[in-house]
Amino acid sequence: MTDIFWGSVLSLLSLSLILAFVRLVRGPSLPDRVLALDIAITMAMGIIAVYAVQNNQPVFLDVALILALLSFLGTVAFAYYIERRV
Amino acid sequence: MSMWIVAALMIVGAFFIFIASLGLVRMPDLFLRMSATSKAATLGAGLMLTATIIYFQDFAITIRVLSIITFITLTIPVAAHMIARAAYFDGVPLWEKTEIDELRGHYYLPTHELESEPDSPIGHDQVQREEADDFI
Repeated sequence: MTDIFWGSVLSLLSLSLILAFVRLVRGPSLPDRVLALDIAITMAMGIIAVYAVQNNQPVFLDVALILALLSFLGTVAFAYYIERRV
Repeated sequence: MSMWIVAALMIVGAFFIFIASLGLVRMPDLFLRMSATSKAATLGAGLMLTATIIYFQDFAITIRVLSIITFITLTIPVAAHMIARAAYFDGVPLWEKTEIDELRGHYYLPTHELESEPDSPIGHDQVQREEADDFI
């Protein structure tokens, strides 16, 4: 029962990651790709939350905190680059 | 009892993240994609992290996860706005069925400042004719 539940949650998140990478490959412009990477990191935070509950390991949540910090820094750096490029 | 709440929050959060990725693929325009993904993904990740709070029920973990949730609710809209602003300067095309573009003719290109003079008519045709090379 619990295996089916965690499998369904993780498959929903994996499908979302696949769709985000479809946009990353197809994206007609550079900001589309930056947006796809940003959303992919948010989905990775959801996967980390699932693993922390599934394995009863709250240490994994530190990774989610660092990922949130890094994704914001990366997005701001990309936005600065795109704006200065014009 | 709390296991059911954890399960419900996890599945609803995963569903919202899935909706965000659907919007990322199906929306016709960068700005529509951005408005679909930033809200739904923030809600989904926040719900999944709230599920970890209810599962562990420990003070230190609660503080840590609440700081993560506060951080993502503060930073994801700021990041989305910065990407949208940079994309508007970059000239990313709007959807062809867009009715109105109120930003048009208001960004002063040399300084990247937003100009809005209330005494002059907003009509972007006039601004375009006068200083077509300075305003975007």
